[in-house]
Order: sequence, then structure tokens, then C-alpha cells
Amino acid sequence: MTSETHEVEHDIHDHPTNRTYILIGIVLTVLTLLEIGGYVLEENGTFAPGTAALVISVLSAAKFILVVMFYMHLKFDSRVFTGVFLFPAALATLAIAALFVLYHVLGQQGNTYKLI
Amino acid sequence: MSTTTHTIPAPAAAPGPAPSETGLWSWITTVDHKRIGIMYGVTAFLFFLIGGLQAVLIRTQLAVPENNFLGADVYNQMFTMHALTMIFLALMPLTSAFFNYIVPLQIGARDVAFPRLNALSYWIYLFGALFLISSWFLRLAPNVGWFAYANLTEPAYSQGVNVDFYVLGLQVLGLASIIASLNFIVTILNLRAPGMRLLRMPVFTWMALVTSVLIVTAMAIFTIAVTQLLFDRFFGTMFFDPSKGGDPVLWQHLFWMFGHPEVYILIVPMLGMVSDVIPTFSRKPLFGYNVVVFSGILIAWLGWGVWSHHQFAVGLGPIAESFFAVSTMLIAIPTGVKVFNFLATMWGGSIRFTTSMLFAVGFILMFTIGGISGVMHSAAPADLQQTDTYFVVAHLHYVFFGGTVLGLWAGMYYWFPKVSGRLLDERLGQIHFWGTMVGMNLTFFPMHFLGLYGMPRRIFTFSADLGFNGMNLLATVGAYLIAISTLVLTWNLVRSWKRGQLAGPNPWGAPTLEWSIPSPPPDYNFLEIPTVRSRMPLWEEDSSKQGGIPHGRAQEGMDTITLGGTRVAEMEFPDEPSLMDPSEAHADHIHLPPPSYWPIILGFGISLLFGALIFRHVTGPLHNLWYLSFVGFVTTLVGIFGFALEPGHDH
Amino acid sequence: MDHAAAATLPDAHPDHLDTSTGVDSRKLAFWTFIGSECLLFGTLIATYMVYKGASRVPPYPHDTVVNGQAYEGILDIPLTSLSTFILLMSSVAMVLALSAVQRGDRAWGRNWLIITAALGATFLGFQVYEFNHFYHAGLKLSTNLFGATFFTLTGFHGAHVTAGVIYLLTLALLVHRGRIGPEKSITVEIAGLYWHFVDVIWIVIFPLVYLIR
Repeated sequence: MTSETHEVEHDIHDHPTNRTYILIGIVLTVLTLLEIGGYVLEENGTFAPGTAALVISVLSAAKFILVVMFYMHLKFDSRVFTGVFLFPAALATLAIAALFVLYHVLGQQGNTYKLI
Repeated sequence: MSTTTHTIPAPAAAPGPAPSETGLWSWITTVDHKRIGIMYGVTAFLFFLIGGLQAVLIRTQLAVPENNFLGADVYNQMFTMHALTMIFLALMPLTSAFFNYIVPLQIGARDVAFPRLNALSYWIYLFGALFLISSWFLRLAPNVGWFAYANLTEPAYSQGVNVDFYVLGLQVLGLASIIASLNFIVTILNLRAPGMRLLRMPVFTWMALVTSVLIVTAMAIFTIAVTQLLFDRFFGTMFFDPSKGGDPVLWQHLFWMFGHPEVYILIVPMLGMVSDVIPTFSRKPLFGYNVVVFSGILIAWLGWGVWSHHQFAVGLGPIAESFFAVSTMLIAIPTGVKVFNFLATMWGGSIRFTTSMLFAVGFILMFTIGGISGVMHSAAPADLQQTDTYFVVAHLHYVFFGGTVLGLWAGMYYWFPKVSGRLLDERLGQIHFWGTMVGMNLTFFPMHFLGLYGMPRRIFTFSADLGFNGMNLLATVGAYLIAISTLVLTWNLVRSWKRGQLAGPNPWGAPTLEWSIPSPPPDYNFLEIPTVRSRMPLWEEDSSKQGGIPHGRAQEGMDTITLGGTRVAEMEFPDEPSLMDPSEAHADHIHLPPPSYWPIILGFGISLLFGALIFRHVTGPLHNLWYLSFVGFVTTLVGIFGFALEPGHDH
Repeated sequence: MDHAAAATLPDAHPDHLDTSTGVDSRKLAFWTFIGSECLLFGTLIATYMVYKGASRVPPYPHDTVVNGQAYEGILDIPLTSLSTFILLMSSVAMVLALSAVQRGDRAWGRNWLIITAALGATFLGFQVYEFNHFYHAGLKLSTNLFGATFFTLTGFHGAHVTAGVIYLLTLALLVHRGRIGPEKSITVEIAGLYWHFVDVIWIVIFPLVYLIR
């Protein structure tokens, strides 16, 4: 019977180093600056409103993925975690999307929601 | 049973009391999943009786036309509380009781992953339930239906504390079920015995997993919806107030995004129960195990995409309505698949109609009727006719009573011997079964017609010349019959707990792990954690034999597991008589978590934090009691630290 | 696990930990909890999106023209960009804290945890300032739908940050006293998961509320 060695260090060796962490911190900062850039470009009329929203959403999704994959170690960790996180996260996204479509695309009854 | 001892790993901890201690304090501080399961079961069953009493009062009010037995206002409270009591205080916790007691035994575990968290969820449930039911005794109960449609719930239209009880009570109860479900998910994923692969788990455990995932996701949505309503009522927001720009239909969306998965939360566990009961009493492995499991997952997954079929009458427009109509029809497929799998399991089996099996068969029949009237609702134009009529009441009761309750009773007769060590009386069981079946069909079948003739729901009386008289009286007679049958069950439970026939470890000759240990199981469940090599570990040898698997029998005073005289094989432990003898010395090495009083403190703190807010809308000197909310907050904070830093617990 | 392995090994656990999946139960519970939190915040965000632009009275979040009259937006983008950056940096500090605890560096483990908590508290300071400013500019929970949805969404997030700051300071104390060493680094890892999740939620909220008009 193989004895169970409780190596707590087990999953560290394939983890990123502090250098990587700081590098990702810099990338996240740059992405945030780009997001703000998108907002500014919309303010001064370079971007159409829809374009800015799209660009900002994509950038924010990239930041989301970076933090979850690296800082929360999902990229290096057991797939079980990915499962228990991804299912509700996908549900939440779908719920937001469904209500957005019901209200802003299909234009629900009741109140009329126009941008004031 | 009395000489086993706990050994506690951390030297700092006080030595745990002897496991067989039975004083009140030992129940208050217990972290044993079996005791918590029993507490859940007893509490929820009492609430089931209260919910039943409410139903009887409702039917008495409706027995004859132009009756004024309850009056309109009390009637509103009565039907609202009947739904809330049954759903949140009785049926969900009853399934929770089975999850608690049975799931760890089915996967070969000594307890759930977080025993103290388990106790915490029970205490939050108990305090939350007492809070909510107190409103009923005070005649201040919620009176807006369990769906609490906006904008009736807004402060302008519902003054007083009735809706506050709804908001605060469900906030607390939702928390309890989320915590419990997190625990079950981790337990099922992480504490399986060696060899118990996911696709070897008993279907009941599978469905417990599916249900728990539904709860942690759906209940979260409801928690926020209720919080928004709470803000509308307490802090002047206007989330659902159309006079200030809010949209009442958003409440409907959020409510049913929770509410429809909630329906599955209430039925999926029973689909699991009968999936364990039917093979046992048919002496045949479940037909199409994989398909049954995956259709269970599919039901849960599809259940997320159908919520708006509750809102067809609101007018969502053709695109949305078509989408939700089609997705609703799709659900019939995996549900139908399950029904056919149950039938195929019984086909050619050596069926024994114990009470448990009768209820399982009754479940299939009644649930199918409920399912069929459910598919009828998916046709949006037809649904416009049915919405808010007794047709819907008939449908939902065929699902909740014919499905959930009959399934629960199948499980009750099946697992009661494991919990108490004694069988429920079969003769009383047969009376209970036939009374319940006849009663429920008398009560609910006429409601289909009442609905189609146009009798609206939630109306406290009706005039004599509408042609509703006969069928309403019939329904009331049926309701009384159900009530009497339930009293028979209650008597059976009470009587058999101490005086029933001794069951032995495996009275039914069932195939799953919980039947390999004594009834009731020792504190540590399994002396040795078994190694699992198949889905039906206790049937492995028999199933390869000619002539199928013999039925098991209750063996008075005997401890060894035999299936019709044949010892079960492949499992090392049933051969060891010592396994059945908990007084063996080597039970000493089993580490069980010590009892803890933090769960009840934390549970009380959380409940007080929300519950005391009720006094915000009370005038007079009682108003100041709402400051107790801060006491609750401080208790919660202290409780969290005490809980987290308690020695002797890793987590 | 393949069938052969399950049949021959007395202990069929695939990994070093004594659980069926090989992962720590607390960590699994925490990820499940985070999953549940996704739906809590998801519902708040969905409500915000549904009511975006539905306010009937000012103040409005962004510069708006209603019936020919111009209203200045109430949101302060530069200020919140700064606080966003601070919360982001706290996440960097958090990973460094975990890495220090894992290699047994008590002093720096404690220091980075305190720095993380301090950055979180600074973020909260910004939020308190912002809420206070809005209140005096006439935006309350009961003013309009923007007020209701904005305060509940960001307030709920702020409550999470507050809990996180207390959580981290408690851990800093435990690390300082040597009660959490490398062998118990999972405790810090889980706190890290919580903290990063709170950051991730802000990564979603910031563009949705502040940047996208």
C-alpha cells in the first residue's frame, strides 16, 4: 500500500512565478487603460457608441479570464473547479443575456425603455 | 452501540462525549449527519402536518358555495402559507432529511464534508421556519400568494408586516438551503468510497447532486430578487414599482427564474428515490442507468430555460413565447424517458408490492398525469385559458402531491428501517397508500374540470349557480381522506419507531451500500470504508446467477446480511461479523468531529439579524425591537469567528 | 480513473489528497460558493442592465440630454479609474502573499496580506467618498432607478470587499502568530480565491456601470 504523502507543495511547481504574476498585473493595468481609452474615444466622438461598448466588453472579458486563469489558478488546477465555476458562471451570463434580449431587443410590454 | 469512543485529533480540544449520549445538549451540539437528518425529518414532518391542516381549512372553506368559514382575508393568508409551508418548510427540508441521512451512507462516507456547516443549515432552517410560521399563528401571514407578484407587494399596496414576513423569512430559509447544498455537492464529489465512480453512484445520490446544483444557482437568484423587494419595502427603492419607472414583470422573471428550477428541486430527488426503490422491489437492476442519470441532468439543465411559461398571460410577444413554449415541450422528453425506464425496470421483474413499492408505482402514475397536464400548458394560446384557473391547481398538485409527496412516502417506507432499525407497519402502510391514492384523485382530478369550466384560483368562495358545487364538495371529501391517511402514517411512524418489527441491516435485500451496515448505523457508519466495484455492490454475485436476485427479508435480531440465504459477495466486509458489532475495539481509530455549539449560535444570529427587521413596520413600543437586528449582527460576527477558529475542526 | 486501476488498487484515489476527486474539500466548497455568488451578482447586474436608461428623473449616470435639456453625468470616471487600479493592485499583492506563505516566509506573508487589505480598504474609502458625494448631489436609493440599481450593485460589492478586508486581516494575524505556515497555505489560497473573485466582479461592474454609456 502506497503511503500518502501530503505534499502541500504539490501544485506549486507548475504554478507561475511571482514574475509572471507581476507581468499579468501590468497587462491587466494596460487593459484597464485601454478600456478607459475606449470610453474617452467615445466621449470625443471617434467611436460610435456601439463600437465602444463592444471594445470595452471584449477588454473586460479578457481581464476576467486572465484573473480567473492565473490569479485564481484555474488554468493549473483540477478540472473539477473549472466545472463547478463554469456552470454557474455560464448560467449567470445566460440569465443576463436573456433579460437583456427580453427588455432591450424584443422590447417588452409595459414600460417603454428608451434611452433618456 | 454504547462503548465506541471518539478520538479527537487536536489535543487542544476537549474530549468528545460518548457517542450514544442522548441528552438535549447532545442534539443541540450534534454534527452527526444522521442526527441532523432525523432533526430535519421530524421538523419538516411537523410542518407537513401544519401545511396539511392549512389545506384542510382551505378545502373546508370551499366545500360549499358562499361559505364564510375563513373569510376572505384569512383565506388569502391560508393559501399563501399553505404553499410556503409545504414548499419551504416541509417538502424541501424533507428531501434534505433524506439527503442528510442517506447520501453519506450510499457513497460510503462517515459524514458529510462539513459536519458543522450541516448543523448550521439545520439551525438556520429551524429558526427561519419558526419565524415564518409564527406569522400564521399571529394571523399576520403573507397574503399575496407564494409567488408574491409585484406590485401588490409594494409598500403602497401591502401595508403592514405580512409581506415582510415573506421577504425576511425566505431570505433566511434560502440561505439555509444554499449552505446545505454546498455541503452536499462537496460531499458527493469528494467523499465517495474508493471505486465509487460517478457513474456507480446510486441514482438517489446522483439526483441529490443535481438538486443541490439547482439550489445553489436558483436560490441565489431568488435571494437577490427578495433583497430587491426588501429594499423596495424598507429603503424606498422602486425595483418593482411602476409608478416610479420600475417594472413588475421583472419580479415575475426573477421569481420564475428561481421558481421553475424550484419545481425541479422538489421533484428531482423523488425521481432519484423511486430509481432506488423500484429496482429493489423488482429484483432487477435499473433499466438504462446512464440514461436515467443523464435525463435527470438534462431535466435540470432544460429547467433553466423555461421560466417564462409561467408568464404567458403577461404578453411577452410571439418570439419569446414561442421560445419558451418549445423549451417547455422539450422537457417532456427526458421526463418521459425516465418513466419508460421505470416501467422497463419493472417489466419481467419479480415484483413485490410492499408499501414503498406501491407508492413508487403510484408516483409514476400520478406524476405522469401531472406531466401531461404540464405539457398542455406549454401551448401558449391554450395556457391563456388555463392560467389562474383550477386547472393549474390540479396540474401542480399532481406534480407536487402525486410526484413529490408520493415519492417521499416511497422513500419513507424504504429507508425508515435504516434510520430506526425497525420496519414501518405494512398493514397500516397499505391503508395509508390506498387512502392517499383515492383521496388525492378525489381532490385533484375534479379540479381539472373546475378549471376548464372557469373556476378561478385564489378566490375564497363562489356562488351557488355556477355549477361548481358538486366537484368542490368532492374535492373537500378527498382532502379529508388524505388528511386521515396522513394521520395513519403519523401513527405508523410514532408506533414503529419503538415497537416496529426489527429490520436487520438489509430488510429489502437492496443493492446499495447503506444496506451493508447495521440499522440504525453506528456513529461512524462504516467500520472499514468499503471498496466499490459495481453499481450494486450487494447484488454483485446474485445477479450473475440463474433465476435472478432473491428478495430480502427482515430478520429479527440478526445482524448478518443475507439475500435469501445467500451471503453477498465481493464486498469484503459483509463477511466479517465483527463489522456488525460496533463494540469491537478497533472502532477506536475512527476520527469523528467533536460536537459544537457554534452552529446554533451562528444560526440564531443570522436569523435574528433578518427576523428582527420585522419590527421596522410595527408601530408602537414594539417598533424598537428592530434594534435586536444589530444584536443579531454582532452575534453573527462573533459566531463566524467562533465557528472558523474552533479548535478540533479543520474547517 | 480507468477501470483497471480501480480494480487493482486498494485505494483508488487519483491524487495525493484523501478525497475522491483528489482536491481539497474546502477549496471545492469555495469554488462552488463562488459559482453561487456568480448568480447573486449576475442577478444584480441583470437588473442594472434591464433598467439602464430607464430613470425618469435626474441625476443620470452619464451626460444626458432629456427634452432638450442637458444634464451632467454624476459618475466620476477618473476617480473610479484610480480606485479600480487600486483594487487591481490588491490582487497582485494577494498572489504575492500566497506565494510568500507557501514558501514559508512568515514576515512577507503577513506584510503582503496587510498590504492587500490596506489596498482593499483604500478602495472602500473611495467608495464611501463616492456614495457620500452622490448623496449630496441628490442621488439616493429612492431617487430613481439608477440610484436603486447602482447603490445595490456597488454596495453589495462593497460589502464583499469589507468582509474580505476583515478576512485578510484575520489571516495576517494568524500568519504573524505562526498558526498558518506552508502546510496550511490552503487557508490563504482560499482567501485569495475570495479576494480575486471580488476583483473579478469589479472587472465586470466597472465597464458596465462606468464606461459603457
